[in-house]
Amino acid sequence: MKNKKIVFVLSLLLMASFAFVGFSSGDNSEDDGYGIGDLAAAINLLNTDGKMVSYDNYPDAKGFIVIFTCNTCPYAVASEDRIIALDAEFKDKGYPVIAINPNNPEVQPADTYELMQAKASEKGFTFPYLYDKTNTIYAEYGATKTPHVYLLEKTDEGRVVQYIGAIDDNVRNGSAVKERFLANAVYELLDGKEVSVKETKAIGCSVKQ
Amino acid sequence: MKTLLTFILGIVLFSCAENSKKNLAEDTSDTIELSESETSDEVKPLKRIEFGIPVYNFPALDEALLHKDNDSTYIVNFWATWCKPCVKEMPYFEKIAETYAEDKVKVVFVSLDFPDRLGPQVVPFIEKNNIRSEVVLLDDDDANSWIPKVSTKWQGAIPATLIYTKDKRAFFERSFTYEELEEEVQTIL
Repeated sequence: MKNKKIVFVLSLLLMASFAFVGFSSGDNSEDDGYGIGDLAAAINLLNTDGKMVSYDNYPDAKGFIVIFTCNTCPYAVASEDRIIALDAEFKDKGYPVIAINPNNPEVQPADTYELMQAKASEKGFTFPYLYDKTNTIYAEYGATKTPHVYLLEKTDEGRVVQYIGAIDDNVRNGSAVKERFLANAVYELLDGKEVSVKETKAIGCSVKQ
Repeated sequence: MKTLLTFILGIVLFSCAENSKKNLAEDTSDTIELSESETSDEVKPLKRIEFGIPVYNFPALDEALLHKDNDSTYIVNFWATWCKPCVKEMPYFEKIAETYAEDKVKVVFVSLDFPDRLGPQVVPFIEKNNIRSEVVLLDDDDANSWIPKVSTKWQGAIPATLIYTKDKRAFFERSFTYEELEEEVQTIL
């Protein structure tokens, strides 16, 4: 009898602790998407040149600079030249830029595939600018705004998220940048070091869905 | 047996309450820590007036508008003229300010438009839409250091809204309908 009672109490406690865990994780619902150290899912998305692009197209890459960006958000536009410069700086070092437009053109008419093509050719994008037609990749990664950067490192386990956040410390004015968060992180990875600043914040336009 | 069950339930409920209390406490300690680090920070509060609109850097905004210690409820909305969901929800904030004026609910719109757009875009927008609540502009480039000071939960997307009284704070990185906003205001009142 006594034993039965103990088992009953223990199972109640167990249930209670589950309820408690459920409760606290409910509090963190805003943390959806990837965190540092997570493995990033594969992509297979339509580029502005009409071809599909996946990470497997880059067998020699050491990793990827994935940037969620769009056509007209002022913060995205202010970052365009810097994104082109990042691709020039890091593609040959093994970290090419992959830009993904997360917006639904039915909600944000400035972000249709055709207007993405116009943007890519007008700015002379040297990197793929991908259309997230199914609107699933941005959610899986956890991108909430444009621009929103994910730095991935290729490892034996998969593509490890090593940095999330801003390109640098001054979105609207590239000439006044003091700290290049993303570039610093790539150089640290290239040197075989741990990324020192893993997450940063920047103002951006909310993803339009 | 019954007493045991009540006891266990009590523990569960208590720990949940403790948990939410802890979250609140964390929020407060966060702000305290910031004002401490601000003293060692070289950035001084800066405020200027342009086109009749107060323009703040973050330390000045923080001091002037994000920690008012009186009996009013403040709804601080971060927006920009180019942000469609922001523009869409502004009338709801205006209506809340009007409906809950007797409950001392005040709305402050913090524009994140680039400072050179203040004259050509922000001021005409305020006039055209007859915005009656206070509008200020935040001119501070180093978003990575000030975004977490508004809320550690903020990823940086707008619209974003802070609702606070002298002893409660709630932060939302989302758009509101009128009903949703009213519900949050009633929760905090």
